[in-house]
Amino acid sequence: MRRFKQFVGFVVLKTSVVVGVLFLFSLIVVIALNGARVLSPEFLLEFPREGMTGGGIFPAIVGTFLLSLGAVGFALPLGVLGAIYLREYAGGGRLVRAIRTGINTLSGVPSVVFGLFGLAVFVKLFGFGVSVLSGSLTLGILILPVIIRSTEEAIEAVPREFREASYALGATKWQTVKGVVLPAALPGILTGAILGVGRAAGETAPILFTAATFYTRHLPGSPFDEVMALPYHIYALMTEGTEPEHQVPIAYGTALVLLLLVLAVNFIAIVIRYRARRARKW
Amino acid sequence: MRDNLVKHLLLSCASLSIVFLAGITVTLFKEGLPIFKEVSVFKFLFGRYWYPTYDPPDFGILPLILGSLWVTLGALFVAVPLGVGSAMYISELAHPKLREILKPMVELLASVPSVVYGFFGMVFLGPLVQRLFDLPVGLTCFTASIILGMMALPTVASIAEDAISAVPRELREASYALGAMKWETITKVVVPAASSGIIAAVILGFGRAIGETMTVLMVAGGAAVIPRSVFQPVRTMTATIAAEMGEAPMGSDHYHALFGIALVLFFITLGFNLLADKIIKG
Amino acid sequence: MKRILTALGLITSLYVGEGWTRERALTLAGSTTVLPIAQRAAEEFMNLHPDVSISVRGGGSGVGIAALIDGTVDIANSSRPIKTKELKKAREKGIKPVGTVIAKDGIAVIVHPSNPVGELSLAQIRAIYTGEINKWKEVGGESKTIVVISRDVASGTFEVFKKLALGGERVRPDALMLASNKAVATTVAKTPGAIGYIGLGYLSPEVKAVKVEGVYPSKEDVVSGEYKLARPLFMYTDGEPRGLAGEFINFILSPKGQKIVEELGFVPVK
Repeated sequence: MRRFKQFVGFVVLKTSVVVGVLFLFSLIVVIALNGARVLSPEFLLEFPREGMTGGGIFPAIVGTFLLSLGAVGFALPLGVLGAIYLREYAGGGRLVRAIRTGINTLSGVPSVVFGLFGLAVFVKLFGFGVSVLSGSLTLGILILPVIIRSTEEAIEAVPREFREASYALGATKWQTVKGVVLPAALPGILTGAILGVGRAAGETAPILFTAATFYTRHLPGSPFDEVMALPYHIYALMTEGTEPEHQVPIAYGTALVLLLLVLAVNFIAIVIRYRARRARKW
Repeated sequence: MRDNLVKHLLLSCASLSIVFLAGITVTLFKEGLPIFKEVSVFKFLFGRYWYPTYDPPDFGILPLILGSLWVTLGALFVAVPLGVGSAMYISELAHPKLREILKPMVELLASVPSVVYGFFGMVFLGPLVQRLFDLPVGLTCFTASIILGMMALPTVASIAEDAISAVPRELREASYALGAMKWETITKVVVPAASSGIIAAVILGFGRAIGETMTVLMVAGGAAVIPRSVFQPVRTMTATIAAEMGEAPMGSDHYHALFGIALVLFFITLGFNLLADKIIKG
Repeated sequence: MKRILTALGLITSLYVGEGWTRERALTLAGSTTVLPIAQRAAEEFMNLHPDVSISVRGGGSGVGIAALIDGTVDIANSSRPIKTKELKKAREKGIKPVGTVIAKDGIAVIVHPSNPVGELSLAQIRAIYTGEINKWKEVGGESKTIVVISRDVASGTFEVFKKLALGGERVRPDALMLASNKAVATTVAKTPGAIGYIGLGYLSPEVKAVKVEGVYPSKEDVVSGEYKLARPLFMYTDGEPRGLAGEFINFILSPKGQKIVEELGFVPVK
């Protein structure tokens, strides 16, 4: 009886894993098969044509590129410096605990609320309008917790001996951080940055009112221009599109490109982590 | 001296997370409070009709709150069994090699952009549900719950898995020493010991699901009505904000009402995140 | 590592720099009914004027007008006249919305091709959409529940339909609110019990248009006024259309532009 219960229990557990894996696979397969049909060098490098029914998605790729790099550009320096404080300088006081709660809370804020914040502050109050700038800033705040967390992990992993050796040689705290800890933590920080890129690239709600547009013939010429973006493109094609026979396949292709981007990002992050672990002499 | 300067610079960077959080809160209040001049808090929260653009308008968000609740609870129905089950499997039963494959897969599920999930729901799952259950439309609370559940699954699974693996080895060994089998050990010793972590995982999963925008916008159907069955289209708070924000001119009642919804949403997710935080800290 | 970053930076700045010196830009947003016209016209216009960059967005008439009032677009596409509330808001912000009619359109009431019902009266349409009638049987069809499809709040098509067909009454809360004409058409085409409304330009063999008050939504009947659910399509600008916006609107009003209007299934202004 007990053995039977165990058997059933194990089967149930295995099934839960299988269901999850199956879902992931079906999603990837459906998008890959349908998207691959549309994928071609022209699709990736051309502008949309004929009322969005032909041509390619180049401006959306560029837009996503700009938005995510912009987001990391803002979040990385601030996040790294903040993480350094938390790991190297902070005591255990109330302020630090408040900051940590702040980071945790920030990571739980719904993405659409970030979008509203970006709209009210960057688009309107600061007057940046619907632009790459507004979108990047909004996304930057969104990925800040990601950057802080991975940087903290990376810094924490640097062995104490490194720091102590540096102090023993007479270096100040900041010199130690700059010259010893940071370089050692670099792979981890890089991983965080790349994960941040991946996260920012896939977000739609924050850029709905702050950066995205459906159709533009030219690439953004300044940070104050609107951009097309891959996630918004999928959404717009599916809900506002005027020719589904042509546009659903384009949406599939766009989804595939986005998926591949995310996969690539994850893959690079894993490779960096792996390589760093290998190269680590400690 | 210089070190002190550096320390303060770093502290300000770290405090940014609180600054942004405060900024978001202030913005939501500033833009959302005005609606309560037109409509009492009670009528806003419990009013059964959402007709923001009529003359006179109705600003009752009860159908939206219930829509969010139904979809999220449905998602938990999917995410909790599958997530906790997977966590138990990965942590206790899986081959170390299998674990190395499964854990990245869970991370992968987590990094798929929400718009891609929504897209998958529209092109694949929605029509499937429509055929399977012979419904008039496939975009329903049910469909959205499934997809949302898969999105929340990684959150639930990874936190539950952390909690389960954190259970000290001695507890398991004691159980075996008493003659228990593996399944009995898992269910009667390990899981109860990890229960606070698992509860936190479920709560965080709830927070993740209720804050999700794009998926429900694309898959849940869009009817702002108090749901009578899971096979009906519903509208969530997040989808309403995303769908209607573009239409509301700045400073209009509709605009303020949408920010009001965001306020409610923000506090709900805040509450759940803080609750989970507290439980994890024990 | 540093080298890669510098290289990236150089490349980005190179093409961004090129952009600074370039073009005249125009942004449009708003009605999904007008969107196909705006997009096609934008392409043609940009072909004729390579130094011009036009960006077109949908979102619904309400979105376009709100953006015009907020000063974030040059032209608001709208399938309904501007509301008094919006005019008031515009005045507060120092914007003077002026509308130019660029095409005429009819709102077709559509059902699934398999639906035997071929015509409805305005009273029946109103009753269906406000929740009084629930089954197709009540209007001479089969014994099926009516799946009511409508548009969301940003839609100009919705506003016009609400005014002309519903007399301003509230749509039933369980109506599906979709974001575009095409979404409505696609959903009705896939749902045997559905009813919806779309701009003329979105009619296709996949859906069946019913006669409204005995009149079929043909172009002639829209022009003559026989078809009740007819409306002009607008492009709103701040003040009279001038500069690049004026050039673009003039292009749409020109024979070339009106040909695009006609090709897309709408009714030319003349």
